[in-house]
Amino acid sequence: MNALKRLYRRQEVIPSCKTFATSQWTSFLHFRSDLLRNNFMARTIAMLSVHPSRGLVDEKFRVEVENLPPACPVTLHCLHRSEDQDHWEAFGHYCSDHSGTVKVSEDESLGGTYSGREHMGLLWSMRPVPGSRRGLRLRKTHVDVPMTLLISVYRGHLTAGFRELPPVASVVAERWYMAPGVKRIAVEERGVTGTFFIPPGPGPFPGVLDMWGGGGGLVEYRSALLASRGLASMALKYIDPGDTPTDMRMGYFETAFQIIQDHPQVISDRVGILGLSFGTSVALTVAAYSQISRPRCCVGISGSHAYPINRPVAELFGEMGMNEEKMKRDEEDNVIMRNLILPIATDPAKKVDVGRIECPLLLVNGDDDQNWATTESAEDIANMMSVAGNKHLLTTLTYPKAGHLIEPPFTPHIRASNFIVQHSKEKVIMLWGGEPKGHAVAQEDSWKRILNFLKEHLCIEPTLVPQAKL
Amino acid sequence: MALQGPMLWLSVHPCRGLVDEKIKVLVHHAAPVQRLTVHTLFRSEDGDDWEAFGHYVSDSAGAVDVSEDVCLGGTYSGHEPMGLLWSLRPVPGSRPSLRFRKKDTGTPMLVTISLHQGFLSDSFTERLPLASRVVERWYMAPGVRRVELTEGGVTGTLFLPPGPGQFPAVLDLPGGGRSLPEARAVLLASHGFVTLALNYLNPRRTAGGEYHVGNDYFQTAFSVLQTHPQVIRERIAIVGLSFGASMALGLSVYSPTIKPSCLVSISGSHVQPAGGSLGDIFAEFKKNEKNTRYDEEKRVIWHDLLLPIPSNPSKKVDVGQLCCPLLLIVGKDDQNWPAEESASDMKEMMEMSGNGHLLTVLSYPDTGHLIEPPYSPHCRSSNFINAESREKFVVLWGGEVTAHCHAQEDSWWKILDFLKKHLYYGPQSDITSCT
Repeated sequence: MNALKRLYRRQEVIPSCKTFATSQWTSFLHFRSDLLRNNFMARTIAMLSVHPSRGLVDEKFRVEVENLPPACPVTLHCLHRSEDQDHWEAFGHYCSDHSGTVKVSEDESLGGTYSGREHMGLLWSMRPVPGSRRGLRLRKTHVDVPMTLLISVYRGHLTAGFRELPPVASVVAERWYMAPGVKRIAVEERGVTGTFFIPPGPGPFPGVLDMWGGGGGLVEYRSALLASRGLASMALKYIDPGDTPTDMRMGYFETAFQIIQDHPQVISDRVGILGLSFGTSVALTVAAYSQISRPRCCVGISGSHAYPINRPVAELFGEMGMNEEKMKRDEEDNVIMRNLILPIATDPAKKVDVGRIECPLLLVNGDDDQNWATTESAEDIANMMSVAGNKHLLTTLTYPKAGHLIEPPFTPHIRASNFIVQHSKEKVIMLWGGEPKGHAVAQEDSWKRILNFLKEHLCIEPTLVPQAKL
Repeated sequence: MALQGPMLWLSVHPCRGLVDEKIKVLVHHAAPVQRLTVHTLFRSEDGDDWEAFGHYVSDSAGAVDVSEDVCLGGTYSGHEPMGLLWSLRPVPGSRPSLRFRKKDTGTPMLVTISLHQGFLSDSFTERLPLASRVVERWYMAPGVRRVELTEGGVTGTLFLPPGPGQFPAVLDLPGGGRSLPEARAVLLASHGFVTLALNYLNPRRTAGGEYHVGNDYFQTAFSVLQTHPQVIRERIAIVGLSFGASMALGLSVYSPTIKPSCLVSISGSHVQPAGGSLGDIFAEFKKNEKNTRYDEEKRVIWHDLLLPIPSNPSKKVDVGQLCCPLLLIVGKDDQNWPAEESASDMKEMMEMSGNGHLLTVLSYPDTGHLIEPPYSPHCRSSNFINAESREKFVVLWGGEVTAHCHAQEDSWWKILDFLKKHLYYGPQSDITSCT
């Protein structure tokens, strides 16, 4: 027994997991005595696997460890180095079962950056490693190459020091925004800047005009993913983060919509609009007022009907800037913008007349959104549509404990991050809100619902077709 | 452009997978009970087009599930979830006697899967499909590293799984031919084994060296693996195909330094001068050249060159002395080597010797010589260049498409299970003492 204890200490395997019952302790001792008899020959080698090893970012993966000693405490760790060279990590504490197996999709995490039974916790709970720069946000710029993850298993339940300790095993997983065969086409025509993603095949395909929010730039990854799911999608640039916003009006968005309709591989009467944050204001404005662009359906994520695009965008941002006294700061000096549009205006000129919308509308919000008062807006939208008689077109999804940045599934939750305020060019840390688990649920569930909504309204149901003769 | 009529959805999952993973091809929203053809197209690195196709009829909901439904005809038929890949063949008009081989194993095969209206059998590229998708089929898992090896006079390609290790290892001895096939080696690394694909037929030689490498070449290769910092030296297997299998058998019995944990012999034979070398095996073939037969298309059948199986013990490897588990994989329709006859003889020898419990034989009906990784297209005959003489032949390998491809799939998982059992899992209770 003394020899066993010496070996036990040298191997540094301390059974600390709570489920270590008596019968498991007995089998553990039996295993260790095997080691004493025939140390190198009886050595078991843990096998770590991730499946699929190359998947789209909205797909789940299974992480499993086999051939561990039974009831062995281990830490599963996920590491990613972003395009900006920051390191992000997540980890969960597990205990192998009687057969020496850990299955992340089925087992309970006993602690770490997530806990409980969380199939994809190793992704959505990622956060910058200790010592990282403040205010980071994980976003993919180059969508034609994958995110690479290093997934490792360590002995014991660790919370730090992953770089210094050798893991028991590691595997690499790739996460892609673009499916094979998706075409990426830069758009610079009729004064419009964007990137078009076309699914593989002859088409024609339904189309989507995809807009992000006030942070500006050309953000491609959601469009790439939509095209990977069969929808031709154009990511639109309408705010240049570096420059003063130009005299951009609704005409710009109508032209963008027309470019999509005109593409030979797009079904011209099956084009929808998807917007997030300020992009929702744009989407609602076009849906309500445009005589030229008739979207088949509309999705507004974390947005509002405030600030209709009835004036140049620059002017709207300027007006936001004049309401600075409504911006608050939390105890960490993060900026809270949600009160900017509160109380919801009663003056119809200050909000989109949603009673005019004639297409199905899906609103996706988090009830902890600290950036825009989206739940209050959604309530007002519902009231307006009820009065106008088009409320049957509206579906609202409000997710508890979710914040503003409702991204594709398994994207790490960002409660606050660096942001340049458009009108003043001030660098702040913006509070987006939400807590990791609630936000992860919102992202995963809303993405499925958004895809179903787009497909339902953009893909024609089978009409009567003569039956094939066999 | 406005669309009239239904919109089909074609999905293929996974869109990126390893070559040994199954794919699921689904059609939604076709018309009910509609005739459809699913077509796959692949362009090889040499610019040859390969295709396969299957005929299906959608159900009352307008759906087709290739994994579940019955294929009514095409390059395969029946319930064949992976027929769209393994039945790939050169398109009509291609150069003759092609063999499917991926040279650059670090990049994927790009396969286009298309859906066509009606039952089609040709002219696919002249028609617009209803829908199509592209899938990537990879030999190399993410993180696997490829290293060109030149050490101690030995050349080959080393594949290392991701992670710190240490790992069990495999010495991979491929079959005859000019270039070094890496497909199996990289796939084994993708499953967690450090693998050395050894170039023993066409190594770089110093001036004045012998034409065929000696046994010391293999011993050095084995030692290179043993001493690699990421390899568990007590957990090394040898996997050989054809010539490579024969070498593996001989070395495992007679070499004083090569002691594998287990051995996989695919389409190999133990018929060779006992304790001999690669050169001796070639000499045996040359001696029996008169036994070469030809089929009606003048393709070369080398099956009889090692027959009859000798009873003289000096003319075959004494497998009764083997100390490690042995997995023999043979095709009953092997037209190139007498693998099945050799397997029967080996079984007899081992049973008489008392080490029969180490042997597992998988003998597949209607299966030929080239038992490759799963879902590789079957090659019944192909161009072949003799490594020694550089003569060109069209060699008959044998096998019938469906049975051969089932054998490739079945044997691959059994090879992996066998390797994992003896290299990854627990104490090696199957190893008997040889002292």
